[in-house]
Amino acid sequence: MTNSTLNFIIIGITFAVYIVIAVRSRAGSTKEYYTAGGGVSSFANGMATAADWMSAATFISMAGAVAMSGYDASRFLMGWTGGFVLLTILMVPFLRKFGKATVPDFIGDRYYSKWARGVAVICAIFICMTYIMGQMRGVGVVFSQLFGIGIPAGVVVGSAIVFFYAGLGGMKGITYTQVAQYCVMAFAYTIPAVFIAIMITNQPVPQLGLIGHYSLNGESVPFLEKLNRINVELGFQEYTTGKMSMVNMFCITAALMCGTAGLPHVIVRFFTVKSVQAVRNSACWTLAFIAVIYLTAPAIGAFARLNLIEELHETPYVEAPAWLQEFEATGQMAWVDKNGDGKIQYFGPGKSVAGTNSVFQGEQPIFPAYDAPENQRLGAHGERLLANKPDLSNSNELWFGHDIMVMANPSMAGLPMWVVSLLMAGCIAAALSTAAGLLLVLSTSISHDLMKKIVKPDLSDREEVNYARGASFVGLAVAAYFGINPPSAFIAQTVAFAFGLAASSFFPTLLIGIFSKRMNKLGAISGMIAGMVFTSSYIVYFQFLGGTKEQLLFGISSEGIGFVGMLINFAVAFLVRPFGDEPPKEVQEMVERIHIPSGAGEASHH
Amino acid sequence: MSKSVDHRAYSRACLRILGVLLGIWFFVSFGCGILFREWMDEHLPPVGTAPFGFWMAQQGSIICFILILVAYAVLMKRLDSKFGYAEGEEGQ
Repeated sequence: MTNSTLNFIIIGITFAVYIVIAVRSRAGSTKEYYTAGGGVSSFANGMATAADWMSAATFISMAGAVAMSGYDASRFLMGWTGGFVLLTILMVPFLRKFGKATVPDFIGDRYYSKWARGVAVICAIFICMTYIMGQMRGVGVVFSQLFGIGIPAGVVVGSAIVFFYAGLGGMKGITYTQVAQYCVMAFAYTIPAVFIAIMITNQPVPQLGLIGHYSLNGESVPFLEKLNRINVELGFQEYTTGKMSMVNMFCITAALMCGTAGLPHVIVRFFTVKSVQAVRNSACWTLAFIAVIYLTAPAIGAFARLNLIEELHETPYVEAPAWLQEFEATGQMAWVDKNGDGKIQYFGPGKSVAGTNSVFQGEQPIFPAYDAPENQRLGAHGERLLANKPDLSNSNELWFGHDIMVMANPSMAGLPMWVVSLLMAGCIAAALSTAAGLLLVLSTSISHDLMKKIVKPDLSDREEVNYARGASFVGLAVAAYFGINPPSAFIAQTVAFAFGLAASSFFPTLLIGIFSKRMNKLGAISGMIAGMVFTSSYIVYFQFLGGTKEQLLFGISSEGIGFVGMLINFAVAFLVRPFGDEPPKEVQEMVERIHIPSGAGEASHH
Repeated sequence: MSKSVDHRAYSRACLRILGVLLGIWFFVSFGCGILFREWMDEHLPPVGTAPFGFWMAQQGSIICFILILVAYAVLMKRLDSKFGYAEGEEGQ
């Protein structure tokens, strides 16, 4: 059986399962559409939330980030899991007790203002849009690699599938599909890790392999010590120490944590369970399921790095393993024989006077056209040539995109082809589950918070669901457009934007709304706007208007500035509060009420 | 005991649990993983063969996060039943 038939079969089976589930549990009412009728068990909800939370980027890129920067990548590992602690302890039990279906609902009611609701709706739409774009692009890339259909067609197929079950099934359909998707993801991620751990460290548990001994070729040395030594020999930073400044590391981790706790699409997941107690249990399950993947990622990253260096460094190109050529063909790896010895050399920035290890000039590899003469496409050893000029200031010859660390893992470990197919299915599951969850929040923000609460209050139940379906169609069309025509490197940078914005607008405003009875609308809105304006102008200046490293505030990069924006939000809110009136009595009573866990009832949308 | 006194006692107990757990949360992530990592790498015994601070940043903190959430669920459940607010997984 050929590779692509196998891909078709495995991915086809998973898709059939998702669609059967979506059809069987489609939503009939607005309540089911928004919150699955509030009757999902905490175990199932935990699994679905985990699938919703882990995007294609997490699934593919995180292990790559760990492999490339070692300790420095801990900011993602801690940031995206630690945020769940904040979310569970400070946010969701109280918001669940409040009992409305969306986050702008809470902000609008708590601060008794259409303006506050409006600002919240805009933030929610922006955060969801930036996220979905990245997901649709991810789906498109995987589909195009799978079936050789070109990225645009891949994006369109992916969008159609997402629309089918998110638009049709609402929260109920999505929740049960995500349970299936989580299972696919978890298997796809851990199976290759187990095999590779056995191969390198003789340990079936990857996490124990990471802290165990390297045992290939009869050697027995502490694994991380060996990795440190190799890294330093090749001119990289020691694997276990990293090179990021402590201030920056602190701020980025904090921004990711607070951003996580303020992401509307994660918060609404907890409105699907029956009681406050179920919310707490569900959060435990969620984090446990997420940890399965997050605890495996550091092991995969470290193993893959060692494997890659051992197999490629100082190896003649003609003897290199076959997966090198496969990744050259897809443009994810490239070798430039700078010294003409026919061997691959891989070095870090520490080995050159110029302090860089770039292989070629420019950011991304550019390949000659397919119809170019053969001597422009293929080099002396049969390698794929680049159109970029080589960067001769250093001696590093190997370039690769960080995403290959996960995808190349099965090949590096010599695993059978079906493992690769499973991995692809897992990646698609990750992208689809996240996109569907986001799309739902986007469509409810528009139909419920914008149409029903602000524009047209006399909307009937049925019309509202129809608006939601229409909004998800439009949202998806826009996301698909940007998936096909990504505004260059824009998408990767907007993720920093989404987290920064969530950390500096939603998180502080919700937190004050829950824990301070006396905060009024003037303080809250000023704080929200101050935090948002500060964070977005900082990010826009440094990401798009060419701000230089020397101008950074305390050396905090734009990924971490959301933390400072959050502090500004708090400060402004409390400084401005005395100038406004006391909040109305019923709002103060509401704040008291949400701290009592009993009597949550079902999350309503009225 | 009147209803509002009851309520205040519950809120205080609730905030105490919250504060303690967030303290632990901060210590295991920002403390062990970032602020004191270098000191811990050098002075504390390694976990398996991994330096302590590094291991906390990449593995230990995540394990602690799960334990914190389990502790939160258990402690809050106990507090709820003490004050008569418990209603189980299913709601009323």
